[in-house]
Amino acid sequence: MSGSATAVMPVVSAPRTSYWKRNQRKLAPWLFLAPGLLMFLIYVIWPIGNSIWLSFFDWDGLGEKTWLGLDNYAELMDDENFYISLKNNVIWLVLFMLAVPAGLFIAIFLNQTVTGIRIYKSLFFFPFVISQVVVGLIFSWFYAPNFGLLFKLIEWVTGTGIAFLADPDYVTYALVAAGLWPQIAYCMILYLTGLNNISPDQIEAARLDNASGWRMLWYVIIPQLRPATFIAIVVTVIGALRSFDIVSIMTDGGPFGSSRVLSFYMYEQALSEYGYRMGYGAAIAVVLFLIMMIFITGFIWKMVNDERSGG
Amino acid sequence: MFPRPIQKAPQPAQWTYTVALPLALLLWLLPLLGVAVTSIRPASDLAQGNYFGVPSTIALGNYIEIFLNTPMAKYIRNSFIVTIPTVFGAVALSCLCGFALAVYNFRSNLLVFFMFVAGNFVPFQILMVPVRDLTVQTGLYNTYLGLILFHVAFQTGFCTLFMRNFIKALPYELIESARVEGVSEWKIFRHIVLPLMRPAIAALSVLVFTFIWNEYFWATVLTQGADVQPVTAGLFSLNGQWIAQWHLVSAGSIVAALPPVLMFFLMQRHFIAGLTLGATKG
Repeated sequence: MSGSATAVMPVVSAPRTSYWKRNQRKLAPWLFLAPGLLMFLIYVIWPIGNSIWLSFFDWDGLGEKTWLGLDNYAELMDDENFYISLKNNVIWLVLFMLAVPAGLFIAIFLNQTVTGIRIYKSLFFFPFVISQVVVGLIFSWFYAPNFGLLFKLIEWVTGTGIAFLADPDYVTYALVAAGLWPQIAYCMILYLTGLNNISPDQIEAARLDNASGWRMLWYVIIPQLRPATFIAIVVTVIGALRSFDIVSIMTDGGPFGSSRVLSFYMYEQALSEYGYRMGYGAAIAVVLFLIMMIFITGFIWKMVNDERSGG
Repeated sequence: MFPRPIQKAPQPAQWTYTVALPLALLLWLLPLLGVAVTSIRPASDLAQGNYFGVPSTIALGNYIEIFLNTPMAKYIRNSFIVTIPTVFGAVALSCLCGFALAVYNFRSNLLVFFMFVAGNFVPFQILMVPVRDLTVQTGLYNTYLGLILFHVAFQTGFCTLFMRNFIKALPYELIESARVEGVSEWKIFRHIVLPLMRPAIAALSVLVFTFIWNEYFWATVLTQGADVQPVTAGLFSLNGQWIAQWHLVSAGSIVAALPPVLMFFLMQRHFIAGLTLGATKG
């Protein structure tokens, strides 16, 4: 009690003008945060809540909203296209993870000091720098029936080419392959930086113990690359679930909707030419969001732990 | 260094590496090279089935054609008008936010920080309907400003994460001794911390430029038509018009890819420093 009394004393006696001076340290962070935080709350945080709310309505984006309760979700449960999209999302997610070992492989391949290696590294990284729209167009040409490079190669080897983008059985795999191209480049650059920072002492020590090749990689290198691996997994999972551009550019969800993913199906429902179904679209987005939340929670949990232990 | 330097390997392995390196690169960039060659191929070559051979002439006319007969120049201009203010906005706001989260110990510090981080990971689709509605309601649909405001807000999440970690790594004594001298918090930010943030600002500017230039989803959600649409969305609609005119599609793709590619090669060090943040901790 006496402590708080003495603390109050100077406040009372101090001149009014110094309120700012006294509280500067307390107010400053919020003033610094205000513009960015405000924008972020308006454009990112509030819309998440709003989307969840809208998913309980029937709404065309202009007129009255009609309360549906869980009807949108009930409809989803019976929607075959929803399951196709969900299945494709799983394919994307699983196959996209190949980017992590593939990126590591290329990074190891390129982690040398021969002349010109820096240019090689930059050029290997190239696919990540260009837009997914351009990647999509490049691969559309690569797969194009009758004259696409890959089509011709397969035709040359087996006698008949395969029109990957027109075949419901292959199309999603073809899209994932296109998406993997820049993603592998991204993982590669993460691992190149990681490899660069491995302590040479440990490698030398391991060499003295006769560790080499695979054993060295598995027991010495990969454990030291853990921060790079963590980030590579985070960006790859996020990238897989965000796959929209490639689908939109290369197939527009086709053929017969067989290459849709949730992000694309949502867009199609909410802004389709057959009329806007904002509520139903929002419900699809909520499902995608919940899937993403499983991963986000895991990532954040790990980052909070690191933050606590790191001080 | 891992793997063992190739110079220490036996001679045949060195030769293999010397051959494998360019070969691997060629394979890796094969689709891109194909498109680059197609972009300078005259339409007559494609008509005669010369898809892979040497182009009969170098048809730079493809490039002239896309600028003369399509709104390509307009799209490119739109992309710059959207991208550059976004870079300034997001970097400025995240300098402020990053400073607040790195320097001050207030109760909700970690909460705010992880809100920025988590917001960064959400799927765009969960934001789509409300953001589009907000943009329409405020009269910003199909305007540069509508697109810029959203991009600034969203990129601030990622940039704040970056800036906060960067400032955290600066020596805290700098700030403390300034406080002892009675320097105001704003002046500490403006005159002590901000000058030290130059590398972070450079790295983020290059990254945000590339991200926004290459962004496609919001361009289709918040704009329509050649007046405002950036080049990614423009390329999509041109692709619809140019059915199977691959020499034009290719030239358009190359043009659209050029600005971020130049940015990358000019600012490579900053670009990679930004992208690999956190990949080396520990």
